[in-house]
Amino acid sequence: MTFNSKWVQLAVLLALIAILPVFFPSGYYFRVGALIFVNALSVVGLVILIGYAGQISLGHAGFAGIGAYACALGPEALGLHPALAMLLGALVSAIMAALIGKPILRLKGYYLAVATLGFGILVSMVLTNERSLTRGPDGMEVAELGLRDFLKGVGLKLSSGEFWYLVCGLVLIVGVWIALNLFNSSTGRAMRALHGSEVAARTVGIDVAQVKLQAFVISAVYASVAGSLLSLQNRFITPDVAGFMHSIEMVTMAVLGGVNSVLGATLGAAILTLLPQVLTVFAEYEQLIMGLVMILVMIFLPRGLLPSIAAKLRGRGE
Amino acid sequence: MKTAITTALTTGMTTLVALGAISLSAPASAEIRLGASVSATGPAAFLGDPEAKTIEMLVEQINEAGGINGEKIKLFLYDDGGDPNKARTFATRLVEDDEVTAIIGGSTTGTTMSIISVAEDESIPFISLAGAIQIIDPVRANVFKTPHTDRMACAKIFTDMAARGLTRIGMISGTDGFGASMQAQCHDIAAEHGIEVLADETYGPQDADMTPQLTKIAKTEGVQAILNPGFGQGPAIVTRNKAQLGIDLPLYQSHGVASDGFIKLAGAEAAEGVRLPGTALLIADILPDGDPQKEVVTTYKTAFEAKFDQKVSTFGGYANDAFLLMANAMKTGGADAEAIRDALEATTGLVGTTGTYSFSATDHLGLDLSAFRMLEIRDGGWALAE
Repeated sequence: MTFNSKWVQLAVLLALIAILPVFFPSGYYFRVGALIFVNALSVVGLVILIGYAGQISLGHAGFAGIGAYACALGPEALGLHPALAMLLGALVSAIMAALIGKPILRLKGYYLAVATLGFGILVSMVLTNERSLTRGPDGMEVAELGLRDFLKGVGLKLSSGEFWYLVCGLVLIVGVWIALNLFNSSTGRAMRALHGSEVAARTVGIDVAQVKLQAFVISAVYASVAGSLLSLQNRFITPDVAGFMHSIEMVTMAVLGGVNSVLGATLGAAILTLLPQVLTVFAEYEQLIMGLVMILVMIFLPRGLLPSIAAKLRGRGE
Repeated sequence: MKTAITTALTTGMTTLVALGAISLSAPASAEIRLGASVSATGPAAFLGDPEAKTIEMLVEQINEAGGINGEKIKLFLYDDGGDPNKARTFATRLVEDDEVTAIIGGSTTGTTMSIISVAEDESIPFISLAGAIQIIDPVRANVFKTPHTDRMACAKIFTDMAARGLTRIGMISGTDGFGASMQAQCHDIAAEHGIEVLADETYGPQDADMTPQLTKIAKTEGVQAILNPGFGQGPAIVTRNKAQLGIDLPLYQSHGVASDGFIKLAGAEAAEGVRLPGTALLIADILPDGDPQKEVVTTYKTAFEAKFDQKVSTFGGYANDAFLLMANAMKTGGADAEAIRDALEATTGLVGTTGTYSFSATDHLGLDLSAFRMLEIRDGGWALAE
């Protein structure tokens, strides 16, 4: 096979995103698709942190919150273009991640989980309680990105759903491309080395603290961009985006699909985004069914759906 | 690279199968499609649950009676769990996929605001069940709402306080959406009513003890009454804590706790003498026979309690009113979104459980203060305070 694995994965993702709309019977499916891409983007960030570097975070919704509110507040308070506000949000998230990452990444296991959890809750509380800035728990409206009108001007008319499907799809592909590149880069190898054994990694000259911090910052930027895309798409944002449940949801998606695999994580995001839509008839049992799916996957496919299924298909079964 | 290809193909197949699973059956003819997205589960379930039940019950009733102008209503009801992001997705689904001509829903202000952007973009008439004033101010062409605004609740409470000579008060508010919004509105209009807020405390929606805040208010020099904007369990805890501390000041709650559940949660003894602005629905039994709302509230209360073996709440009443308004507009508007919108705006004197609605181009709430009744809790039940 002459293809590089990275290019095959990217090609499949690209083909899926491009071909699926042919089967969409209505605009609603574009909306669901765009949501899947947004969730997948933040989950790909978690793959870098959890899958590559072996660090846990239960507070990444905090970064999504920063990204989302940057797009709401930037245009209003600073007069920034929403796209610039998105970059600003990513920058703020990166700086925050670097600042808090330095002390808390010394922690391991549960302690790290609880520390990141605390960070997420803090962001959510600030967004909820700083009413003069964020309008509090009722949320605030978000400015229009303006790109759709520009496209209309040059003769490309897209519905809101189609437009966001396209934008989020493109951003996801770029995100996946970066993550796959990182995997085989020297930084990526260092991350995987410290995942295997911190002591061994240190012995071969890897700056463990520095590499952990890099993974944390990169994944924070992913979450932030995803948050921004969500708020720009919804044109309305509430502090729920930074909520604890959102953090848990992200980790669940990553673990369900396969936390070591970028495509697996994308699949996890797709399943958990689709499930509530498929299960509307059983809305009352939705949590139950999700919990059950999760437990079954953990017991029977502990490496996550995609890696386990792929292994079975190759006939090497586990 | 067989590994990568297998992996990639698996992803592709699974996604395709999953997406296929959500396709729905094709639309049938001769029916009016009504959409609803409420928070039947999750933190706002005490709002959404009675709302969902009410809408389902009313659709069933109207279809059994032959529908509207002979056309049956087909209801598409979703549970957004109080998540604005989900509410937006369901609103998109209602409009794009289920092709509804009107939407009722949005149990909370957050979910309502998410649905609004879809309703406005697609010009679908939408009646919200949430309280905040920002929903109808500024007026949006397609957005209406049935509950009183929190600003009106503040006005009603302050009027009653002033009449009793209670002009210096302490406030303790929840930091949830409802509490925070009402706190801000009350501050806004306190001076107009000659009310002075001497102490201003808050509590988190999950807090289990408010004695420090209450002690602080009670110790503030000159406080004559306490006002507690908030909903859920918080106000019940405030009420209990106030009784436990033996604070002998009149307590006012908001319309957010106007249900029998509140009395049960706070305990009849602690809740004795608590006043709050409520709707006629809570006092259906003691409403005088000549009251214009008597018939509407009794009909709804009887039907709901018979069907679900559960007490009516103000919130289910909001859904009842929204449905009455929508059904009334559909009589002239049929299944045409624009005609329904116009008919809604032209509604005058429609009696609901919350009040009598008269919409206009500049008023998409259509209620005044007269519909609010100042209620007092006496012997574990509701009584008219006026």
